[in-house]
Amino acid sequence: MDRQLTFQQAINEALSQEMERDRTVILMGEDVAGGSGAEGQMDAWGGPLGITKGLWSKFGDRVMDTPISESAFVGAAIGAAVSGLRPVAELMFVDFMGVCFDQIFNQAAKFRYMFGGKAVTPLVVRTMCGAGFRAAAQHSQCLYPIFTHIPGLKCVVPSTPYDAKGLLIQSIRDNDPVIFFEHKLLYPMQGEVPEEPYAIPFGEANFVREGDDVTIVTLGRMVHVSSDAAAMLAKDGIDCEIIDLRTTSPLDEDSVLESAEKTGRVVVVDEASPRCNVATDISALIAEKAFASLKAPIRRVTPPHTPVPFSDVLEDLYIPDAGKVVAAVHDVTSYKA
Amino acid sequence: MQLSKADLLKAYRTMKTIREFEERIHLEFATGEIPGFVHLYAGEEAIAAGICIHLDARDKLTSTHRGHGHCIAKGCDVDGMMAEIYGKKDGLCAGKGGSMHIADLSKGMLGANGIVGGGPPLACGAALAAKKLGSKGIAVSFVGDGGANQGTTLESLNLAAIWNLPCVFVVENNGYAEATSCKYAGACHDFADRASGFSMPGVTVDGHDFFAVYETAGEAVRRARDGGGPTLIECKVNRYYGHFEGDAQTYRAPDEVKKIRETRDCITRFAQKVTSAGLLGRADLETIDREVIRLIDDSVSKAKAAAKPASVDLLTDVYVSY
Repeated sequence: MDRQLTFQQAINEALSQEMERDRTVILMGEDVAGGSGAEGQMDAWGGPLGITKGLWSKFGDRVMDTPISESAFVGAAIGAAVSGLRPVAELMFVDFMGVCFDQIFNQAAKFRYMFGGKAVTPLVVRTMCGAGFRAAAQHSQCLYPIFTHIPGLKCVVPSTPYDAKGLLIQSIRDNDPVIFFEHKLLYPMQGEVPEEPYAIPFGEANFVREGDDVTIVTLGRMVHVSSDAAAMLAKDGIDCEIIDLRTTSPLDEDSVLESAEKTGRVVVVDEASPRCNVATDISALIAEKAFASLKAPIRRVTPPHTPVPFSDVLEDLYIPDAGKVVAAVHDVTSYKA
Repeated sequence: MQLSKADLLKAYRTMKTIREFEERIHLEFATGEIPGFVHLYAGEEAIAAGICIHLDARDKLTSTHRGHGHCIAKGCDVDGMMAEIYGKKDGLCAGKGGSMHIADLSKGMLGANGIVGGGPPLACGAALAAKKLGSKGIAVSFVGDGGANQGTTLESLNLAAIWNLPCVFVVENNGYAEATSCKYAGACHDFADRASGFSMPGVTVDGHDFFAVYETAGEAVRRARDGGGPTLIECKVNRYYGHFEGDAQTYRAPDEVKKIRETRDCITRFAQKVTSAGLLGRADLETIDREVIRLIDDSVSKAKAAAKPASVDLLTDVYVSY
């Protein structure tokens, strides 16, 4: 059997291998080691879910616990990035972007353009996203559309352990600021991950499943929800093609259009809130550039336009599931003009 | 600390260049030829000159929306700055940044900044990089009295202190955050008092006095370079023009600026001091005056004549690769 790692282990391995390879790679964030200045053990946490555990023990002061001052340490990571380091800052939950967003979107994202092409800002911000953890409205959002919206940032939303490792290595080696979204429900997911370091290029979507009847464009955890739906639909004789975008900026427009033109029927599945999200962007792209190929209106499967609720019954209703994807696919396949 | 004749000449040239640059932009802006808005540093020259004279190529600087003086003092090319302010392709940022975003990373100038309080976290990072890479460089972060009240500044003071970063934070307190007095907006007598809350030295100096700034900054820069950690310096100063050009400044007392110009001007005071002490001759200063006027004249002529960016430039340099 091929070597198996969890999504979480794949991320830890990518960080470890890149820190081994390049001394300018440093980590900073709240409790990325844990235990700084305390009387007990150092490297006590490795982040709240243990993702970076063990890295302090290997790399010492290149793994830096920070005060709960996201503006200061995310900004410091940016300042260090334009001064010769390759920092990986951890914004514990993407929901906390509100307290440091200026540094990301007005500083890091704009340096290169606003300074006439002279700045290089090799920054990675790793951040946890997504619902399903019963973590309620301030610890469960996706928010990648907001970062995707900003020219100058790259946005990565991996769906598997293999992609998480390869895309994180690419993020660290990349010379532009990258926001790397880790869906918290994916951390325990197992998958094949080669031991040697490898980088997956940005802007290359992954055809998770090939099919001729309907195109499902999706990303992150919704790739698995869509795969479950496709398996159910296959039993009904509906053959779905699933495209995992992997990065929302840059966006692999060609793969999306190629598949939409082939099947003529498109469902976009996105866990982000519905207004101005990835689903609307993909729908607009297809409507503009592949309109003549469409045999049915594009369907978007997203949560409702509400905050993420706490109670399990409500949160389960909120998150798009395979049943909703199946229903959307039936809509587009049964559509009569 | 003994200033050599060369140091004194350099300090005078820096202050005079900033003054002439700003006075000229004040005039040119009124003609409508300069796009957008500009925030002038005239009156505050002793601070940029007194701090930056201690810096070298290893050192990094973050600035504010009122950044022209910091850029000149850190060695940015005056022609490139002027062309940038005119939105020309030859500008330091190829016409894509403008007055509020002038930067020259090759000089350690990490940018003027359109966001009040945007710079201090970046300076922490530049200082961290210097420490990790062993360059012996330091980082200086300028903020105004407005920026001193931003959370980013206070967070950065804390971060710099706990990580013992080679950083110098400079609050240029010119009395007004836009049109609101610092007496109203700041819950402290001196912003430097806040340093004690972060266990770092805090010093308040007269920002009109080059020598006072020079002495204080020298100590802070030496401490940072020697691993002694950050310092907060507050320079009490006045700006000669409004928050931005076009600000009628009705919030200021009628003769406020006139009186300051007559009694406290940093360049006049510097000239009096060095000539009366026999350190420099009048002729030395007059030579610099003439050279600076020629430099600024040339930079304005070149900027006016320079080409604007081409339409293809709209789409370039968003990313290193995409």
